[in-house]
Amino acid sequence: MTLLTVNNLSTSFYTRNGLTKAVEDVSFSLDAGETLAIVGESGSGKSVSCYSIMGLIPCPPGKIESGSAVFDGVDLLNCSDDEIRAVRGNKIAMIFQDPMTCLNPYLTVGEQLIEPLIYHHKVSRSEAKKKAIELMTEVGIRSPETNFNAWPHEFSGGMRQRVMIAMALIAEPKLLIADEPTTALDVTIQKQILDLVAEIQKKRDLGIIFISHDLGVVKNLADKVLVMKTGHIVEQGNAQDVLENPQHEYTQKLLAAIPKGAKENPKAEENPEPLIQVKNLVTEFNVNGNRFRAVDNVNFDILPKEILGLVGESGSGKSTIGRSILRLVDAQGSVNYRGDELLSKNPQQMKPLRRKMQMIFQDPYASLNPRMTIYETLAEPMKLHGIAKGSELNQAVLKLMDDVGLARAFVKKYPHEFSGGQRQRIAIGRAIATKPEFIVADEPVSALDVTIQKQILELIQYLVDKHELSMLFISHDLAVVRKLCDRVIVLKHGELVESGNVEALWQQPSHVYTQSLLAAAMH
Amino acid sequence: MLRFILSRLLQAIPVLLVVITVTFFLVRFAPGGPFDGERKVDPSVLKALEAQYNLDQPLMSQYFSFLGDLVQGDLGPSFKYPGRSVNELIGAGFPITAELGIYAILVALLIGAIAGVFSALKPNSARDYISMSTAMIGICMPAFLLGPLLILIFGIWLEWLPVSGWGDLPGDKILPSVTLGAVYAAYVARLSRGGMLEVLSQDYIRTARAKGLPEHVVILKHGLRAGMLPVVAYLGPAFAGILSGSFVIESVFQIQGLGRFYVLAAFNRDYTLIMGCTVFLATLIIVFNLLSDVLSAYLNPRLRSQLGGK
Repeated sequence: MTLLTVNNLSTSFYTRNGLTKAVEDVSFSLDAGETLAIVGESGSGKSVSCYSIMGLIPCPPGKIESGSAVFDGVDLLNCSDDEIRAVRGNKIAMIFQDPMTCLNPYLTVGEQLIEPLIYHHKVSRSEAKKKAIELMTEVGIRSPETNFNAWPHEFSGGMRQRVMIAMALIAEPKLLIADEPTTALDVTIQKQILDLVAEIQKKRDLGIIFISHDLGVVKNLADKVLVMKTGHIVEQGNAQDVLENPQHEYTQKLLAAIPKGAKENPKAEENPEPLIQVKNLVTEFNVNGNRFRAVDNVNFDILPKEILGLVGESGSGKSTIGRSILRLVDAQGSVNYRGDELLSKNPQQMKPLRRKMQMIFQDPYASLNPRMTIYETLAEPMKLHGIAKGSELNQAVLKLMDDVGLARAFVKKYPHEFSGGQRQRIAIGRAIATKPEFIVADEPVSALDVTIQKQILELIQYLVDKHELSMLFISHDLAVVRKLCDRVIVLKHGELVESGNVEALWQQPSHVYTQSLLAAAMH
Repeated sequence: MLRFILSRLLQAIPVLLVVITVTFFLVRFAPGGPFDGERKVDPSVLKALEAQYNLDQPLMSQYFSFLGDLVQGDLGPSFKYPGRSVNELIGAGFPITAELGIYAILVALLIGAIAGVFSALKPNSARDYISMSTAMIGICMPAFLLGPLLILIFGIWLEWLPVSGWGDLPGDKILPSVTLGAVYAAYVARLSRGGMLEVLSQDYIRTARAKGLPEHVVILKHGLRAGMLPVVAYLGPAFAGILSGSFVIESVFQIQGLGRFYVLAAFNRDYTLIMGCTVFLATLIIVFNLLSDVLSAYLNPRLRSQLGGK
């Protein structure tokens, strides 16, 4: 039975450059109990399509240009506000990407849970509460009676997403639109949430539209796949056909960009002298008046010319280790860099060493100064450390641009004129400007689309080889780590639980935590 | 939460001490004295007067005896209103000023919040521009201009409302309250517009809409509380400003409130009355800032749990 039929949907936005088409001529249909995955990179229009159907596009600046979306005999694109509101949250429900920001922090969890029931089905509060507690149990929230009165900030990300799911299901919808529901979650939590959604779908014969950029996730749960690029559908069909035998060039490119398999020639020198030796590293923070130990007695070596992967879930202390080594936060223990004890150095003594050690951050939108041109951004570290000046400096900056694959003509532009991938190239350029020996890369590809991610990973490998760098590569993405790193260490709650050669660890993870991480990542 | 309040009250003690000390020495070092008038006072009479009010003592001993009396709640006798103590004068003037202040705050909140929220619902629309430009004019216009203007329009031309007094004629409280509240209404309007705009762009508002809630529920239940937080935080300083700024209104409308006592005391070098009003107002300002902080914390569950208590 057909649940939703969308025909020729086109949505535009009024921008400074006039009317810009965000989605054009999108058509698809969905049966009850079926899962349709809409995949594409950021800006491809996958979310805008679904928000248009739900009437959640603010108009203006948005404008639904044409099309129809027939659900249950009602054309959602051409009906009154009251008609669509009666469908929204009632027969069609949504869950969103970031559960940390999607729940109202000023209302209790229970209050938010029962709202759809109260407004759509006019049931009493006590009845609604009963239903809510049943559902909280079903989605796996412990002690639902007490947690009914809890505040969202008392819940973890995974728990909040369970609340979102319960809230979406409470009015017994027939269609669930899930907009990147697991993107903001850790890999083990991601698996739990996906399993939960699959189980609920089976039980309730729910139609699901699953918006995702992650083809790996999609593969395991979609019946149909729709691939979007710059507002257009490039390919759609049966999930197996599209993913295993993609017809369109763009789908092929997307699939090829997923990091697969192991690194081709990992470095394996016999007993090399380590570049950096970390011993008994402890980093503590004050949290609400209590000492919180973010890094707990960690020991490891970083070898010359290797990429060492550092994996763990959010809050495991990965970033703190990187920052502790670079002396960006205070730490105890010992960090020995070619015989120099870093943790006992004062800022003046650190300065010549800082040239040798650089950092690349996760979010290229936040880590570049928006008021500095690319030239200024790249020239600054070289001037600061006296590496080049005058006409030499210009040449050095231009060479750096070549190195990171940016056209020389871009040198006078500002960061906002670049895409995310280009910005990350600039950030990488800034890091290698001082000719360092060691770089901490903190989730450098996590904010990027998969095709861009592939390019940046290739760039990192190229630069590491060319300049003989050592790198601490912090990531939550095990597939990326496997593709890029020579060795890997695994962190849990600030403690190092496992370390070793990437492939060996992959084939035979010895620690339970590593096993669960890997199992979750395999989907 | 109790610890937070207690620690804030303890912090208030050094603040008050600084305010007292600075004011005490400033007024003593200001040229002129309480008994300088148009006519020269006979030196022997002056001496007797100074002895009566302890002004012949060394400055430091005057300071400490003032502090000693203050701790016991005694603000001393007034120099210019013979036979009346400063406590009595404040007791007489404050209820009027407080009433004026409360009405002014209500006016500010009512007009300001409504204008702000309505602007935020349709940003960059005609109604947004009109109410925000009006607010801007309100901020720029001083009370000593707005007061007489309102008197001219509503008191003299239209003859709707009395032009002066407080509690003597029906409706005579309206113009002073509106005049005093107007500037604050303008600030509140801008703050609540900003607050609401910020909140309405949050993801959880999108969630509320996705649940199919009626728009008024989305705005009032999901948006308003967080949107009003900046206004609540502003209430403390606003009330302080209203209390200490009411003297202009009290002068324009001939109201016998605390503000007028305060200003006249400064002109008359009525040392004890100046000190009394200063200490009293400073304490009130501290208390109101604390109250608005407590209220902000109470409205924000995350802050509340950080301060202990659910």
